[in-house]
Amino acid sequence: MAGSEKTIAAISTPQAAGGIGIVRISGADARQVAQRVFHAASGKSILTAKGYTALFGRVADRDGEFDEAVALVFAAPKSYTGEDVVELSCHGGLFLVRRLLAAVLAAGARPAGPGEFTRRAFLNGKLSLTGAEAVMDLIGAQGKQAAAAALAAKDGALGKRIHGVKETILALSAHLAAWVDYPEDDIPALKPQVFQQDLADAQQELEGLLSGFDRGKVIREGVETVLAGRPNVGKSTLMNLLSGCERSIVTDIPGTTRDVVEETVRLGNVVLRLADTAGLRDTQNPVEAAGVARTRERLKTAGLVLAVFDASEPLDREDRGLLRALRESRAVAVINKTDLPARIERNEIQAAIPQVVELSAASGQGYEALAKAVEEALGTAQIDPAAGMLATERQKQCAMRAKDAVFEAREALKAGMTLDAVSVALDDAAAALLELTGERVTDAVLDQVFARFCVGK
Amino acid sequence: MQEYIAQSYDVVVVGAGHAGIEAGLAAARLGVKTAVFTINLDWVGNLPCNPSIGGTAKGHLVREIDALGGEMGKAADDCFIQSRMLNRGKGPAVHSLRAQIDRRAYAGRMKKTLEQQENLDLRQAELVDLRPTKEGWEVVTRLGAVYPAKTVILATGTFLGGRIYVGEVSYEGGPDGMFAATQLSDAIRRLGLTLRRFKTGTPARVHRGSVDLNKLEIQEGDNPVIPFSFETQQPGPNRAVCHISWTNEKTKQVILENLHRSPLYSGKIEGVGPRYCPSIEDKIVRFADKERHQLFIEPCGLETEELYLQGMSSSLPEEVQLQFLRTIPGLEQVQIMRTAYAIEYDCCDPQQLDATLECKKWPGLFGAGQFNGSSGYEEAAAQGLVAGINAARRVQGKPPFLLDRASSYIGTLIDDLVTKGCSDPYRMMTSRSEYRLVLRQDNADERLTPLGREIGLISDRRWAKFLEKQEKKAQELKRISNTILPPSEELNDLLVSHETSPVVTGARLSDLLRRPQLSYAVLTPVDRERPDLPSEIFELCEVEVKYEGYIKRQKAQIEEMRRLEGKKLPSDLDYRTITGLRLEAQEKLNKVGPRSVGQASRISGVSPADVSVLLIWLAGKGENHGNHS
Repeated sequence: MAGSEKTIAAISTPQAAGGIGIVRISGADARQVAQRVFHAASGKSILTAKGYTALFGRVADRDGEFDEAVALVFAAPKSYTGEDVVELSCHGGLFLVRRLLAAVLAAGARPAGPGEFTRRAFLNGKLSLTGAEAVMDLIGAQGKQAAAAALAAKDGALGKRIHGVKETILALSAHLAAWVDYPEDDIPALKPQVFQQDLADAQQELEGLLSGFDRGKVIREGVETVLAGRPNVGKSTLMNLLSGCERSIVTDIPGTTRDVVEETVRLGNVVLRLADTAGLRDTQNPVEAAGVARTRERLKTAGLVLAVFDASEPLDREDRGLLRALRESRAVAVINKTDLPARIERNEIQAAIPQVVELSAASGQGYEALAKAVEEALGTAQIDPAAGMLATERQKQCAMRAKDAVFEAREALKAGMTLDAVSVALDDAAAALLELTGERVTDAVLDQVFARFCVGK
Repeated sequence: MQEYIAQSYDVVVVGAGHAGIEAGLAAARLGVKTAVFTINLDWVGNLPCNPSIGGTAKGHLVREIDALGGEMGKAADDCFIQSRMLNRGKGPAVHSLRAQIDRRAYAGRMKKTLEQQENLDLRQAELVDLRPTKEGWEVVTRLGAVYPAKTVILATGTFLGGRIYVGEVSYEGGPDGMFAATQLSDAIRRLGLTLRRFKTGTPARVHRGSVDLNKLEIQEGDNPVIPFSFETQQPGPNRAVCHISWTNEKTKQVILENLHRSPLYSGKIEGVGPRYCPSIEDKIVRFADKERHQLFIEPCGLETEELYLQGMSSSLPEEVQLQFLRTIPGLEQVQIMRTAYAIEYDCCDPQQLDATLECKKWPGLFGAGQFNGSSGYEEAAAQGLVAGINAARRVQGKPPFLLDRASSYIGTLIDDLVTKGCSDPYRMMTSRSEYRLVLRQDNADERLTPLGREIGLISDRRWAKFLEKQEKKAQELKRISNTILPPSEELNDLLVSHETSPVVTGARLSDLLRRPQLSYAVLTPVDRERPDLPSEIFELCEVEVKYEGYIKRQKAQIEEMRRLEGKKLPSDLDYRTITGLRLEAQEKLNKVGPRSVGQASRISGVSPADVSVLLIWLAGKGENHGNHS
């Protein structure tokens, strides 16, 4: 049993901020996979490390090294699963650990299914029989969670695009199937150019989809966030609080922040790509006016807006303009300068933006509340990260397999292979995408054949 | 009714259609005492619809039946009047043989084969009862004869509870004017088996003298003819042609004006019809944009003037049929000899069966063919063969004979039926097999003849011939991978003239054959050492070399599939007792009762997590019994 199954990986620590995050890799290729992402400071290789060895080093993905880490090597059969196991521990927090998992998956592991480590442990005799029922319960529960997450993801943007590609591929498959299975019906042959073009489109869509939804990119780049507010409410001070150093020019002269300054910061579990912007006030100054225009543009495209207000002053025309502009946006209102006597109309803000946080950017008081409010606004607080991760990693893996199969179909077509070979590659592509919804490719293709073509004696 | 004990058998086969024939012959040939019952002895092996055998995927089935030692391929080779290999140019995986058959000759040929078969009695009788006994079963004829039997194979076709529909007229009846089996359904229901209604239909037969064939496009057979059977040495010549015509706007108009008179549209027929075999009225309604529909005009035999109109199946009233047929070019003066009809019949839900085709509830009771929800002569014959083999093996106390999806289209057909069930009559298609690059018609013998030999249906002579062929193929594969052609001007001219790149160093013959532009035929002038072999060997080698990459990948998928197939599940398992399975999975698993985790994984509603739970449960059970691997 041991070694006969594929190498799997998953995050094995609770997915919360702080502490240490562990990615566990198990299977015959666990060492090879780990070695591809982990570089020991001592120069030693995981491949030759003995069981129960710990190595210190750095972990890297395509874009270079991104964290320090410890690799713990367990040699089969003396490991949790009874297979070769490598555990990579990096600094905690959702995003680093997820980035590490993404790197490990890119290095050749596949995401572990619900309870798969435990199942392997059991099958390899590492767990006693008495534990079996508990394990099955666990798998049942995790399976339900994963199914719920997959269902939720199906309706997401990614799910919809995957569905679109799936339809294209199924339509081609069905056309080929009708043409092959009903040679005596007048089914026109697929025109090679049209066929190639449809496949090229499908491949392009899959590639776009994969790059657009590349988890690594999301992890690195985070949520695009705009700091908005009239001049001198303390946006730059807040930015400095979040980034931990002085970047923007902070003065008391309104409008000194003229450019959109970008900074990537961690706030609780979320990575924000911050843009500190000029204010929204009417101005004759051409340089300042250009900054204001950029701010308005950013308000429209941002993933999150931190709208900053000055607690010590009543709302003015510009503040109210901002509140109106944000009715459709995902925003958190930050009432800054709470160290000064409050004169602001808090209720009016609350009516426009549900998430309101009181903060002193200068002293840092209220930082935790801000982190919480941001998670609420982004909806990340309600998501179970493990389940969501599983669902989207599966989608990604399926999309990748589909992309490879489409590529293969195109190559076969280009090389002049007969269409039976092409159709098998196409079915592989469709099967990869159908796996997400649990349909079977042969059934799906036949349904399409009968829906689209008038065939039969 | 006064009953009397007539004679006892090991295997009783109910029906002598394509399923019953293969079932009866296989059982008798395996040495058990067998009886085959039919309602009408003159139509053993009747072709009540198309006068043809084979076609896409069905041709594969016939080859597989033959490779296992079945009869259909040989009989078709004896009685064909036109033969064609379909899908040439679409790739070796989908090449399919189809032959027009002289249907009277075929029925006679099959009847004689059954009559001459040792261990087999052929009887004309309608069976009215089927009862379990201590020793097995009893079947009872309408005249009161009781036949005790250890096993029974139900191959009842459209006879079981058959009902004919033509327009507003409907009556109890079987195919081709024969009577239906009207009482057996109740006996089956008394056993607690669920029956349901399916329907199918057939077009009109018309008189050749009334059709202006000169007007129509001719479809000729292939030359040379490729036989179905691996045993047929010299197939006869083509002796007939088919013709093609098209419906038009007027046809459509006639049909649409009379649609309310179709029992399908007036709601009289409750049976579910096949999606792949729609009536002409169905086609016109569902594909309203389509201007015309094709019809093939096929001869029913050499000794008759009857022509079959493929594509014109209908259950409209007789006079409407005549009216719409006469709108079709060539058929302006047509005379109908047999009217098109729809037929509704009883069949079982195949999820009640095991992959041996045995009822899970009633060991020793088998089903085959339309009774199992399939449609088509070839699908029926394939199941008949498997049911017959398994009935005989049960009698002999041998382990069951099972074919998995990766072994054959037969295995795919049976797995689809018993695992997924079917909501309309099931027809085999190449797209149903995920392993179709491996399951080709050209290598059916390689895949299945060793199994047929093991079972005992392949003679010594045939086995020797098979081994010889395999040896020749292995030699040739070796030769082409060892032969290196030097980069001569002649070779490079040849390569360039076929739009493929010239070689600078020596080229392996097998590497050249791998190129899609090249073939044995193209390489003849430069392949000077080529031995004199049957053309089928060259074809096999070429396919294996050309599709090697794809075949390898499919074989890897097959291995993955078989890993789970090897994890057997007990047949009496109550899945509600397994912790961790979702409720839906428990229900589905209890309904199907899969034999293996692999089969369980193919049941809709069983998720990967459920499969994990099953694997753990199995492992735990193994440990319990002290044989943990």
